[in-house]
Amino acid sequence: MNLKRFLSTTLIAFLLVFIAACGNTENDRNEGATPEQETPTKEEAVDATELILATTTSTQDSGLLDEVIIPLFEEEHPYKVKTIAVGTGQALEMGVNGEADVLLTHAPDAEQELVDNGDVQNYKRIMYNDFIIVGPSADPAGIKGLEVSEAFQKLYDENAVFVSRGDDSGTHKMELGLWEAINITPTDNSSYVETGQGMGNTLQVANEKEGYVLTDRATYLAQKDNYSDMDIIVEGDDALLNIYHVMEVNPEKNDLINNDGANAFVEFLIKPEVQDAIEEFGKEEYGQSLFFKYTE
Amino acid sequence: MDLLIDGLTRAVEMIITGDREVYEITWRTLRISLTAILISTLIGIPLGILLGLTKFRGRKLLLVFINIGMGLPPVVAGLWITIFLWRSGPLGHLSLLYTPTAIVLAQILVSLPILIGLTSSAFQQIDEKMLLQIKALGATKLQSLKILLNETRIAILAAIIAGFGRVIAEVGAAMMVGGNIKGDTRILTTSIVMEVSKGNFDVAFALSFIIMSLAFMITFFLTFLQQRSRRS
Repeated sequence: MNLKRFLSTTLIAFLLVFIAACGNTENDRNEGATPEQETPTKEEAVDATELILATTTSTQDSGLLDEVIIPLFEEEHPYKVKTIAVGTGQALEMGVNGEADVLLTHAPDAEQELVDNGDVQNYKRIMYNDFIIVGPSADPAGIKGLEVSEAFQKLYDENAVFVSRGDDSGTHKMELGLWEAINITPTDNSSYVETGQGMGNTLQVANEKEGYVLTDRATYLAQKDNYSDMDIIVEGDDALLNIYHVMEVNPEKNDLINNDGANAFVEFLIKPEVQDAIEEFGKEEYGQSLFFKYTE
Repeated sequence: MDLLIDGLTRAVEMIITGDREVYEITWRTLRISLTAILISTLIGIPLGILLGLTKFRGRKLLLVFINIGMGLPPVVAGLWITIFLWRSGPLGHLSLLYTPTAIVLAQILVSLPILIGLTSSAFQQIDEKMLLQIKALGATKLQSLKILLNETRIAILAAIIAGFGRVIAEVGAAMMVGGNIKGDTRILTTSIVMEVSKGNFDVAFALSFIIMSLAFMITFFLTFLQQRSRRS
């Protein structure tokens, strides 16, 4: 009984101390934040240290950002990059609303609209890879080696399972463009599946459903080991080029936008040595580059 | 099945070799969840006691809303907090979006109704006669509160355990308001989502074992507190 009581008291004491310690760190942060808002000079200092980058899932899921770009950038510049990895559609929307400082996306047509509207500036091409059609190794629809437009036509005619991102991402926009080019509404097809999720999850769904899927090469290569029954079925068509651009959000959108940081990030990405690092990424692990340098 | 074993070995490996990032993420998860549940407890229990012991107009309606709040989907909480914290939103000037504080806020929002609701249920169950008796014996307010708290200890700790369970399991809101930023707002649940979408199932499994052990330890401790024999 005594021992029990002793034990429980110790445990309570431990928890209280622990919680108090946690509470303190939280308070410290809050206390740290309040004076910063009162003195304008300090606020600027704080703002300038954080840079919100809205980007696509493919740059994060492939590891390019976390392993190469962000560490290199933070080493050279006094900014802390906050990467928000979402679909290209959402990333661009964050730019339009001024919720991000800099964007890195891959839907040139949609991006051009933002450039024309003055939502973004300093729009720079930085890299490319390509989209590929991945599907069951047995290729039940028989589209291997076809041109993309023929392949899509045949997938539709054969009522083959096609798994779409369905999330307004760059890849999804590309896919819709390909259907549109051959005047087909893919949703008419009963075996057309929309996941509404990122590339990695969509590949997993395609794998389970033994369907075809349009993917960027980087994400597929990075996860290839998980899909032993799937292969690249169509590749190398010019229509499948996947081009990435970086751009600064117009600083007039909001007072809190860190334009200096955004500018530094854009200029950083087009530097030759960074371009080389991008192309070098993945060579060791996958035997080929996941992204290729491509400045203007 | 191999994946499970792989995941487990990987988890043990990560813990033994002291994978710095995993430690950081685990520590951050613990800090954020405990801060959230502590604040929820400090606000929720007094409010629950008040709601349980007092009678006023609109009390039932308030209880309905609190009970709905217990089932508030975290993504809904996340969405609302995001809108408030946007640069263009009413609290935008605080620059709280994509910070650990934002995650704490979201977790408080989803756990507070549980704390208030379950505490108030416990206090509503107290026998009227007992309340009278305590009064008759001339107990001060503080003394009666102490007696009542002792009486409802099991239920209150159950509320804290349920609230903690919600907080540590929460992923939808943490993803939205935290952004899963490496070294800043990446916690165990959001890491698991990310590793799955990266196709790294072994790492995801390893992290799942870590978060379960964490939940186990804390819940074990809270249950221990709850079940220890009463002091007279």
